[in-house]
Amino acid sequence: MIEFEKVTYTYPSGVTALRDISLSIGGGEIVALMGENGAGKTTFLKLLNGLLKPTSGVVRVDGVDTRTTTVASLARLVGLVFQNPDSMFFCPTVLEEVSYALIQFGLSKEEGAKQAEKTLISLGLWHLRNLSPFTLSGGEKKRLAIAVVMAWSPKYVVIDEPTSGLDGRGKRTLKELLEELLRGGKCVIISSHDVEFVSEVASRVVLLRRGEVIADGPSEEILTNTELLTSASLLTPQIPALFKELRDQGFRGLNHRCIKMEDALRELSSLLGRPNLDLRSGSA
Amino acid sequence: MRSAIEVENLSFKYMGSEFFTLRDVSLRVDEGEFAVIAGATGCGKSTLFKCIIGLIPQMYQGDYSGRVRVKGIDPSRVPISRVAQLAGLVFQNPDNQLFALTVENDVAFALENLGLEREEIERRISRAFKIMGIEDLRNKSPFELSGGQKQRVAIASVLALEPEILLLDEPTSSLDGATAKKLLDELREINRRDGITVLISEHRLDLVLREASRLIVMDEGKIIADDDPRSVVRRLLSEDYDAVELPKLSKIAWSLRLCGDGAIPLTQKEFVGLMLRCSR
Repeated sequence: MIEFEKVTYTYPSGVTALRDISLSIGGGEIVALMGENGAGKTTFLKLLNGLLKPTSGVVRVDGVDTRTTTVASLARLVGLVFQNPDSMFFCPTVLEEVSYALIQFGLSKEEGAKQAEKTLISLGLWHLRNLSPFTLSGGEKKRLAIAVVMAWSPKYVVIDEPTSGLDGRGKRTLKELLEELLRGGKCVIISSHDVEFVSEVASRVVLLRRGEVIADGPSEEILTNTELLTSASLLTPQIPALFKELRDQGFRGLNHRCIKMEDALRELSSLLGRPNLDLRSGSA
Repeated sequence: MRSAIEVENLSFKYMGSEFFTLRDVSLRVDEGEFAVIAGATGCGKSTLFKCIIGLIPQMYQGDYSGRVRVKGIDPSRVPISRVAQLAGLVFQNPDNQLFALTVENDVAFALENLGLEREEIERRISRAFKIMGIEDLRNKSPFELSGGQKQRVAIASVLALEPEILLLDEPTSSLDGATAKKLLDELREINRRDGITVLISEHRLDLVLREASRLIVMDEGKIIADDDPRSVVRRLLSEDYDAVELPKLSKIAWSLRLCGDGAIPLTQKEFVGLMLRCSR
């Protein structure tokens, strides 16, 4: 369990990025931290693994106050993937990049390489193993950054803007990966303004505006509240926006809380009187 | 219509790489077009942009063949600063563009190097800041900004050069929805009002396609589709092509067989119109 108790963070420049945040995040959920640019999302994530310590209030990771321990020891529990992958890389090859932290955590060189191989294969990056991380495309770098953290299997996987730079296939792979992490008992925390991705994967949304939590609840509740999303400079996802418009046009019986593609297809085929329609594969 | 960008049989392999990132790419973008390039990561979009502004082959070594012209100029043979006045590129990662102590200095830097008068520099900076909504960031350090704020500053730096062609490499990737939509609206407005040619690579097709006159899809260094957006989206759906994230509304309409042989909806209004027709 990660707990924030009346947490405020003020940068040395005097800018207060987070103000009086209290919430807890447990296992078995994918939590999306959302909000406009500059709302405090990245600051929130850096408080999770102790990179930043609260100016006031307390952050506890599994009961440990982050002010009383080192980032290195917290890193085993909380793996943070940065928004800009370039800031994480320094090894000459992709394989060494993934092995590095494993060896620092005490694995032998062989064990580290073996675990790195397994991770790279699972993320579809094995064919890039001998290349320099800096020669990869934006999306490949993003997946590599996730692989670096995934390799040591931290209990809390924290990803800053996971879908930025990812294409359709990359997002699908990422969605499967996050769901697999969830099945494996991990807690996944992402910051994102990709409302389409979040509506497909997250079970809970925490909405930030100017450093304060303005909403915290089930995704279906928050991502269908246009007024709330607009106040946080977010667009309503395509499906709830469409369903609202259809309801306004007189289509009755559509679920007010529908946010997922699969559910939308079922609802609309039923509405059109084609409940047994063999929906075209792959396109959803 | 005069061409803004012409690319003929362009191939490029980075030094040390085993494979070609661009493979026999041919493309013509006319003046005043608003064209979108989509494709899987690593498909060659960013490399193509670097070729258009001459960074390749002038700054990156490798095997280069083919022909590129920007307003008739060969960007591989003239100083990059000259190409930059015709075609401005906004990079995918804004950190690659920002370096000065304040946002204002960052945006002013290239303008000062062009030898512009102080008043003209001030006019251009004010205009670019207004378009991007970053007037309040003027005296801040670029390095204390959030990812989205940095992106807006990077775009303002290029807008201030007032190029005839704007190339944007995934400009909305770190922007929140409202800012992304505002940026795309602004780009469309600049395109319509000032006749600026826009070539934009983008993953968020649901936001950008409604504004686009053309959709180009790249895959493994080649152009595999280049047509009006509705035709390309229909073709990709019929081929079950999944490397590009198509608008959810288009996918739903296709899955429910709402459009028959008609146009694929790209907007909510078009989708609702289809539903009304289908339910009669």
